[in-house]
Amino acid sequence: MSKFLKAIAASALIAVTGPAAADPLGLGRAATPAEVAAWDIDIRPDGAGLPEGSGDVLTGEEVFVEKCAVCHGDFAEGVDRWPVLAGGQDTLASDDPVKTVGSYWPYLSTVWDYVNRAMPFGNAQSLTPDEVYGITAYLLYSNDLVDDEFELNHENFAELRLPNEDNFFMDDREQSPIFANRDACMSNCKTDVKITMRARVLDVTPEGADDDAAEAPAGETVEVAAATTEASTEPEQPALDAELVTAGEKVFKKCKACHQVGDKAKNRVGPVLNGIVDASLGAVDGFKYSKALKAKADEGRVWDDASLAAFLEKPKAWMKGTKMSFAGLKKEQDRLAVIEFLKSHSQ
Amino acid sequence: MTDNPTRKGANRRQFLTAGLAAGGAAATASVAHAAGDPAILEVKPWAQELGEGVDARPYGMPSEFEQHVVRRNVPWLTADPVSSVNFTPLHDLDGIITPNGLCFERHHAGIAIVDPAEYRLMINGLVDHPLVFTLDDLKRFPRVNKVHFLECAANSGMEWRGAQLNGCQFTHGMIHNVMYTGVMLRDILAEAGVKTTGKWVLPEGADASAMTRSIPMEKALDDCMVAFKMNGEALYPEQGYPVRLVVPGWEGNMWVKWLRRIEVGDMPWHHREETSKYTDLLGDGKARRFTWEMDAKSVITNPSPQAPITHGPGPTVLTGVAWSGRGTIPRVDVTLDGGANWLQARMDGPSLDKSMHRFYFEFNWDGKPLLLQSRAHDSTGYIQPTKDALRAVRGENSIYHNNGIQTWYVNEQGVAENVEVS
Repeated sequence: MSKFLKAIAASALIAVTGPAAADPLGLGRAATPAEVAAWDIDIRPDGAGLPEGSGDVLTGEEVFVEKCAVCHGDFAEGVDRWPVLAGGQDTLASDDPVKTVGSYWPYLSTVWDYVNRAMPFGNAQSLTPDEVYGITAYLLYSNDLVDDEFELNHENFAELRLPNEDNFFMDDREQSPIFANRDACMSNCKTDVKITMRARVLDVTPEGADDDAAEAPAGETVEVAAATTEASTEPEQPALDAELVTAGEKVFKKCKACHQVGDKAKNRVGPVLNGIVDASLGAVDGFKYSKALKAKADEGRVWDDASLAAFLEKPKAWMKGTKMSFAGLKKEQDRLAVIEFLKSHSQ
Repeated sequence: MTDNPTRKGANRRQFLTAGLAAGGAAATASVAHAAGDPAILEVKPWAQELGEGVDARPYGMPSEFEQHVVRRNVPWLTADPVSSVNFTPLHDLDGIITPNGLCFERHHAGIAIVDPAEYRLMINGLVDHPLVFTLDDLKRFPRVNKVHFLECAANSGMEWRGAQLNGCQFTHGMIHNVMYTGVMLRDILAEAGVKTTGKWVLPEGADASAMTRSIPMEKALDDCMVAFKMNGEALYPEQGYPVRLVVPGWEGNMWVKWLRRIEVGDMPWHHREETSKYTDLLGDGKARRFTWEMDAKSVITNPSPQAPITHGPGPTVLTGVAWSGRGTIPRVDVTLDGGANWLQARMDGPSLDKSMHRFYFEFNWDGKPLLLQSRAHDSTGYIQPTKDALRAVRGENSIYHNNGIQTWYVNEQGVAENVEVS
């Protein structure tokens, strides 16, 4: 056998024995341990991947109320349509199943992993391991699974079981009668066909779904441009720095998870910010402000450049007790830019 | 020509409306306008004046008359549009390829804007050599081109309890069908050298939700792709620019966008999107997990509530799409009478593995009400079930994997509505 044929035979053998089917090309470079540590943050039900640390129910509650409750509620009961995290026991077989950490989730590791990788919403990967342990402990407590003395840590983690773990099973659709059916009736399959339900009765389809007319919403850049043009035609208004407005629009992406601006803006987690510059504190209709903000509003304060800059730099330092769970804009340039952007929505 | 008083100001739509009122489009020219159709008799501006030059539209957009062809969302569905979904306008499309700008979007933390110069893909876990690739590195692997549908597991999820949304965009629009260019995941894994204990992979996204899903090694080595192009051009930001995972035939949530890392492990991770979400709650309170494959499904896109019949009785083209996560669609049946009698539709266009298929059914509409349904057969012999058959097995709380047969009621005027039938 020639060397060439031997090589082919050898590679064919590799192909059937191991997952590595192709010969390596020598592409890429070695990942450093620090790089792997930076990105490999996942954990598993057996606790693999957990960092050392601990958190108890009471400190967890403090963190939760400060950073999570704005969407999930003080007692993890959920605000508006944001996820409910507690309660719902014995509802899974009902017409209105409430799928929470306590009633549905099979593994506690899922809570720790998800909070650690994706929460708080809009400020992901900002929690310390101890804070994540604490929040997880608080969620166990709010689901009546531990008492208020409980402390969660990397050593006791894997012992904890959630009540619904055994009610999950592997996909078995292929065993169902639907999968086995090979009978496609072609004629006289039914004697009587009646309409039993109509979507029009419910009427939940968004308006404009079948509009022939153009309905593409004006993009935000268009709004900014319009506002800027307007400013230049009204000499009594200070002209905006268009470049700064554009830069601020980018920075504003950090705020967008909770705040809206523009014609169609609505209050969400945070209030609408149209016209916020130089407005009185706490003046947006229909928004439920924190006590801290109301207190400052009662002092007659307005959102001038200085107050906005101070608030945006360190929200919780400038207003202890604010509902705004945002770490702050460290760079002065970012603060100036976003304020300029807000001004473009204030004229 | 100036002696025709009706010519000026009459646009095509008024002309056709007048024609219909006068008893059918075929007779319009002689009945309404003796001289003929103003669309022909008038010299139109586009036939006389110069249009824009080649420097006016460096990136072309659809005609200004097509501005209604857009993705739409359902505001009441989710708490916030940043973690939500919009829908492909299936009723406005034909063929099998979804244009890039109309592919439905589902994000869990908004659209991540990733600088390709700072893009990295890490392979770690149970491998001989943990590796890091740049975007340029990925493009040095042998490339493949594959057309696949991506369907969200929750497509039609609002319809479990009955007809809810009036339009196939909303009932079936969490799907798109795209030609991907990329490299095989198995080639990248081979580069790192998967250890014999490696049975699962965990792809992870670079966005603020850091999306993760557990995928069995068998699938990873079979047909998963690491893709960087869609329909010939770079992935759109909302589809994971610069790199996404392609998991043919399996639920869309697994096709991790802004792909930054793939970890190899010996067991699944049971992360949020495969436990609290994307598990199928059955009527008895128990739940199926790892329901990866998308069952065969079809829908009539025209006529449908957003695309009524406007031409009156006579020759009518019915069309729709069908797909299966287990193969191809050799056959689709359609019924005009709510499922009493069925006829085979005509398949047209490419029939590709785990891709959308197009079907047509041409018939002479007598102007009487219709109850339209389509029923897909896939290459394994699986037949798309009725919604009632599905509910009998699954209950109404499943949310995911609703592939039941859809019914549109079309009245004498050609107006279509989402209904359910006995």
